[in-house]
Amino acid sequence: MIRVVLPAHLRTLARVSGEVSLDVAGPPTIVSVLNALEERYPMLRGTIRDQVTRERRPFLRFFACAEDWTHEPADTPLPEAVAKGEEPLLVIGAIAGG
Amino acid sequence: MSGVRVLVGTRKGAFILTSDGKRKNWEVSGPHFAGWEIYHLKGSPADPNRIYVSQTSGWFGQIIQRSNDGGKTWMQPGTPSGEPTTTPEGMPKAESNKFVYDTSAGTGKPLTTHQWYDGTQHPWEFKRVWHVEPSLHDPDTVYAGVEDAAIFRSKDGGKTWHELAGLRGHGTGPKWQPGAGGMCLHTIILDPKDEKRIYIAISAAGAFRTDDGGLTWKPINQGLYSQYIPDPRAEVGHCVHHVAMHKSRPDVLFMQKHWDVMRSDNAGEEWKEVSGNLPTDFGFVIDVHAHEPETIYVVPIKSDGEHFVPDGKLRVYRSRSGGNEWEALTNGLPQKDCYVNVLRDAMAVDSLDSCGIYFGTTGGQVYASADAGDTWAPIVRDLPAVLSVEVQTLP
Repeated sequence: MIRVVLPAHLRTLARVSGEVSLDVAGPPTIVSVLNALEERYPMLRGTIRDQVTRERRPFLRFFACAEDWTHEPADTPLPEAVAKGEEPLLVIGAIAGG
Repeated sequence: MSGVRVLVGTRKGAFILTSDGKRKNWEVSGPHFAGWEIYHLKGSPADPNRIYVSQTSGWFGQIIQRSNDGGKTWMQPGTPSGEPTTTPEGMPKAESNKFVYDTSAGTGKPLTTHQWYDGTQHPWEFKRVWHVEPSLHDPDTVYAGVEDAAIFRSKDGGKTWHELAGLRGHGTGPKWQPGAGGMCLHTIILDPKDEKRIYIAISAAGAFRTDDGGLTWKPINQGLYSQYIPDPRAEVGHCVHHVAMHKSRPDVLFMQKHWDVMRSDNAGEEWKEVSGNLPTDFGFVIDVHAHEPETIYVVPIKSDGEHFVPDGKLRVYRSRSGGNEWEALTNGLPQKDCYVNVLRDAMAVDSLDSCGIYFGTTGGQVYASADAGDTWAPIVRDLPAVLSVEVQTLP
């Protein structure tokens, strides 16, 4: 199971209180995890990636094992610790605005 | 006894204020969607328990929410959690927040750019929904005015949205340009006597009308004069802030332009200025008394450089003659050290026998008058900045 930590507002939208766990076929990548996330929680479609372009929203970034994975190629496998469920993939909102 | 439900959108959530017909004691519910910008929420005239909400965020984009029980519970009217997101044929199912511009040859000419601040052409990019306008007759039909300016319609309760592309495609689209707040379609008025007639307004393009249910549109800006654009009398390019209509006279429109309060008696074919003795004719809101079609309300704002009320005094101005002659309404409103703004969708009227007027400020106050503006009192004083105010008159 892949663990994902969402920003508070997206946890509210998805009606979950903590981490979410997802089944992801094959070695997990950012894209495959987001696909699984949106399949399980369709109310999150469009909130992390634009509905049309599928591009990451500019005020969000992805972290795993204390490293920034935001700009890694989309098909890069996530760290083994994430694949094993030992570490979560974090979706982080920018500290910005008021 | 009948009552009212005031729907308030703010920078950090929605609030619902309810009272009986006396409108003296209020219950406050909220924040709903805490932390999100709620540009607008509005109830269906055909089913008061049906409320549509535009929930938006610079981080997470656009969400449409819907209530079927008067705001007690909410749902995103797309695919519910736990249901497959694709049909058995593999097609994606409905998603309530999917607003995709129509560039198909069949329903609108491909239109990909509009004028940018510097005069160059810029791609059309969806940003948010400024205004939701439920159908007068069908609770499942609702219109959305969006930034970058376009009008969308849903016929399935907000699950799927389709652009009425004839507006952007009618010919003047490449000349539209954003105002300081973005290029937003912020006003949608449905004609109660003619289902196929709709008025809309865009900053900064102007007002437009369709007479065929949204297939074709025409600019209705003749008579507007905007000295800040290259041709002050241009067909489009005017920064219209808001338009209001009384349901008994759908051909009579009142407009608060960037500067100037205007009036049209022929469905927008021609406008004339009715600013009269206002202390300043800059402002955002304008509305019409529920029972007196010639009684209108504005809140003058000092200038486009100083977005607050003049002289530190919060004054609603009322004209009982459809414009030109205005009286200041101050009883119960702060008349010293007040520097708030009242944004374009932040005034509404109820339809009780003694017409109630409501407006919200950027300082977080929502004021109500149960006597058509003669006296005012705050319902709440300390909300986040108010973006929109609507009111439902309940049986």
